[in-house]
Amino acid sequence: MELYSLTGAQLAELLKQGKISAEEILSSLSLRAAGKEDKVKAYVRFGGKLESLPAEGAPARGPLSGIPVSVKDNICTRSCNTECCSRILSGYRPPYDATVISRLKSDGAAIVSTKTNMDEFAFGSSTENSCFGPSRNPWDTQCVPGGSSGGSAAAVASDEAVFALGSDTGGSIRQPASFCGVVGLKPTYGRVSRYGLVAFASSLDQIGPITKDVRDSALLLNSIAGYDPKDSTSVNTPVPDYTACLGQPVKGMRIGVPKEYMVEGIDPQVREALLRSLEEFKRLGAVCSEVSLPHTEFAVPVYYIIATAEASSNLARFDGVRYGFRAADAENISAMYSRTRGEGFGKEAKRRIILGTFALSHGYYDAYYLRALKVRTLIKQDFEKVFGEFDCVVAPTSPTPAFKLGEKMGDPLKMYLSDIYTISANLAGIPAISVPCGFTSGGLPVGMQIMSGHFREETLLKLAYAYEQSAYAGSRRRPEL
Amino acid sequence: MEYEAVIGLEVHVQLNTNTKAFCACRAEFGVEPNTNICPVCLGLPGALPVLNKVVLSHALKVGLALGCSIQNRTKFDRKNYFYPDLPKGYQISQFDLPVALAGEVRIDTPAGEKCVRVKRVHMEEDAGKLMHDAEGSLVDLNRAGVPLLEIVTEPDMNTPDEAYAYLTKLKSVIEYLDVSDCDMEKGSLRCDANVSLRPKGESRLGTKAELKNMNSFKAVKDALLYEIGRQAEILDGGGKVAQETRLWDARQAKTFSMRSKEEAHDYRYFPDPDLTLFLITDEEIGEARAGIPELPQQKAARFMSEFGISAYDAGILTADKRDAAFAEECIKVFPSGDKKPVVNYLIGPLLAEANSRGCGLSGLKLSPERLLELVSLVQKNVISNLVSKTVLKEMIDRQATADEIVKSRNLAQISDTSALDGIITRVLAENVKSVQDFRSGKENAVMFLVGQVMRMSAGKANPKVVQELLKRRLADA
Amino acid sequence: MSEINDKIIDYTARLARVQLEGAELGELSGQIKGILDFIGKLEEADTGNIEPTSHILPVNNVFRADEPAQSLPAEDAFSGAPKKRGRCFSVPKVIE
Repeated sequence: MELYSLTGAQLAELLKQGKISAEEILSSLSLRAAGKEDKVKAYVRFGGKLESLPAEGAPARGPLSGIPVSVKDNICTRSCNTECCSRILSGYRPPYDATVISRLKSDGAAIVSTKTNMDEFAFGSSTENSCFGPSRNPWDTQCVPGGSSGGSAAAVASDEAVFALGSDTGGSIRQPASFCGVVGLKPTYGRVSRYGLVAFASSLDQIGPITKDVRDSALLLNSIAGYDPKDSTSVNTPVPDYTACLGQPVKGMRIGVPKEYMVEGIDPQVREALLRSLEEFKRLGAVCSEVSLPHTEFAVPVYYIIATAEASSNLARFDGVRYGFRAADAENISAMYSRTRGEGFGKEAKRRIILGTFALSHGYYDAYYLRALKVRTLIKQDFEKVFGEFDCVVAPTSPTPAFKLGEKMGDPLKMYLSDIYTISANLAGIPAISVPCGFTSGGLPVGMQIMSGHFREETLLKLAYAYEQSAYAGSRRRPEL
Repeated sequence: MEYEAVIGLEVHVQLNTNTKAFCACRAEFGVEPNTNICPVCLGLPGALPVLNKVVLSHALKVGLALGCSIQNRTKFDRKNYFYPDLPKGYQISQFDLPVALAGEVRIDTPAGEKCVRVKRVHMEEDAGKLMHDAEGSLVDLNRAGVPLLEIVTEPDMNTPDEAYAYLTKLKSVIEYLDVSDCDMEKGSLRCDANVSLRPKGESRLGTKAELKNMNSFKAVKDALLYEIGRQAEILDGGGKVAQETRLWDARQAKTFSMRSKEEAHDYRYFPDPDLTLFLITDEEIGEARAGIPELPQQKAARFMSEFGISAYDAGILTADKRDAAFAEECIKVFPSGDKKPVVNYLIGPLLAEANSRGCGLSGLKLSPERLLELVSLVQKNVISNLVSKTVLKEMIDRQATADEIVKSRNLAQISDTSALDGIITRVLAENVKSVQDFRSGKENAVMFLVGQVMRMSAGKANPKVVQELLKRRLADA
Repeated sequence: MSEINDKIIDYTARLARVQLEGAELGELSGQIKGILDFIGKLEEADTGNIEPTSHILPVNNVFRADEPAQSLPAEDAFSGAPKKRGRCFSVPKVIE
């Protein structure tokens, strides 16, 4: 078996046994990428091979020793291009590592220096908004891999990465994971440090793992989770060993299925796949019931006000003064600003910045931003009520499987609505995981989403693992590339 | 038409913390540009703010010292605007839940004590520095992120003098708390003023102009005076005052409209999601209150009651904390119960010396013991008051004792009659006209003669003794 | 939300310092109007007596000590600087 097709846990075991070396792993991945990148385009500025950052001093020994981790282009890696796939950060190399990167390094992981593709500044659900062009879904290269962490998901799905980091603000880890048939976890807000994650929406963003299976997800989460004094919003709660809960019985777990999610607009094959998964859960001894999250219909509008408002402010620092792109020959400071940002930002970025600026502006703040914050409370309360009686909520990750490239680009609203199932978890700050739960007749993966209360990642992982083991017991289907 | 000026002041105080408000860079001055910067204050992508604990504790102290009510719930908001010295494109400030509200500063006016209400005190970060030359503009971010407190008054002042008095009082309180060095020259205290006019007796406010770019308390006073005149002229001519920002030009002694400012800013304030809420318990407020030292007003009152000095004198001595400490020590060490001699000496010659050297009383590096030695020499008539001033100067310059100086320079007052007789004889001989003036009834002529004796004795003659001797001699002849 | 017109969008774009070229303004305007229309759905939510959530987790009072740490060395501070002069970032002349 090729090293590139193994999971991180499997590779760690082989490394431990001395049967392989770290160099061999990277080499295998690199060769794989060399063969598949022109079809998948998961990586940004791929130059024919994958390299990892040189170890600073003696290589650390830890649970991830020697295992390469691929990183989304919006997570800062010191002295490596971190461009958020935007022209305005063209060539930008941060002088510091994101906290998650420092943690991975101290656990011995090898950081792949070539970053994975994404929608510019994480604005998007298809990776088509990347200034480098879109990535392709390894299961059907005419289709999008999802977004905004489409590059990370595609790389993991096509075995061009062992595992990867993505970021999730409204579904950007889970939706591409579901489109690409891999596992994607968005941790509880505050579980993982945001220091070094280029901010999109500060009150919603989280970094999380995109992996081939649930065990790898737990492994990566172990490494990146934890309090960071540099991030005021990170929470000081101990990090358990997330792999310890894997294999625990799920008999008696109470699963809620939100009725508002199973309505019109959902692809019949997605619904079928979800219903089959529920049967699987029942076979495992869990109890499934219908629940209600009554304010679901407001999730997308609330999100697009709060997220764009915060983004409009977070992106104000991109002005050409201290780093990044600066428009040439600006006559004066005012022109320098407007042209730098006008030329440096892509269409979706401009759309969201203007929308967000509008929502905060004088005369509209109360009707838009303030109102959205209040409805956010209602959405949060919906989940609190449900989790008072249920261990978790299960729903589709996305109403459809991966759509065709270009299909939704003409209508931004249509694109926004595809986030309908993932957005609420970000608004409520709760953890959520997407696991593959089947395929459409056309061979496209379908993902199932499990959500639970704050800091209940173990509940998610336990259930996801049990499902995974039961539903496809070690026989992972692979895309034909 | 008689107008009343209505003035409100907005003061920014730079806190003297070791590090910046939201990152661990040093908040120090006088270093090379862009030395004290990090991803956070440089506004690099991915960087996040964390509040410096001392900023909040300083804010509590200032709020309490100004009699404000400290809010149990306070948060930070983003004030969004674009400017090259603002790295994130927003300033972290406080909008609707500032740390302190509703305080006051009492000032002395000719009409008695007046209360200037403090509307609010809030925390925020400073911007960087922008410098301009022919080629373009340069950005230095050393100052970006340095903590500031913004103190805003209600429009309770009515004259430039009142504004000046407020600033002086405010500065003195803040210095006492040791949270800032309050130096307008260094920029650690900045003041913007809002001023409008209304007909005397009218309760509605007129249109206000905002004045900026005043670099000293005097400049604030001068700018307000000018602006009040300017607005009065407009109103007298039947015109309307424009609501605008005007810059004070100290050289031309005028205010100028900032016409270059485009449309009014829409700051789009919203709660900063990168920072938590700050909950301040009543216990914490109590602890902060207990940690506040005796403030100038209280100290002055105590000086008055303990040392029996006047309100005016007490005010002068307590204006600066270190000076007050020095003065208090001197007063305490002074042996007699009547403190007037030492107090007068502190307020008179010592203060004059301090002012001429541009430092405070404590900056003279004079020990209370040495000062007392000097004062006692004067009291014992060993030297005259006039000579003591020269001695004082030398004491400070050479860090020597009064006794050493008097002996080495032979400054001891001459009170010995026989010694003075000779000089008096010569003076009488050389100033015949004055002698005649005195004899013809001009009593004051003797003072001229005393002056001549003082001159001839290089100031060493004891003027009282001289006066007596002269009168006797003149009566004799 | 029929009051949202091109003029408001154009003003907002200027507030955000994002220059829109010709056709871009019209295209973006139309899309944004459509999105705002959709977002208007929020008016149907019953928010009477509901507190706004600006911080999702009950974490308060996060501080750090007033202790200095290493600042960025010059080569890091200026590594991406589009234009610098001496030790400063250089920009076109700002008129104050």
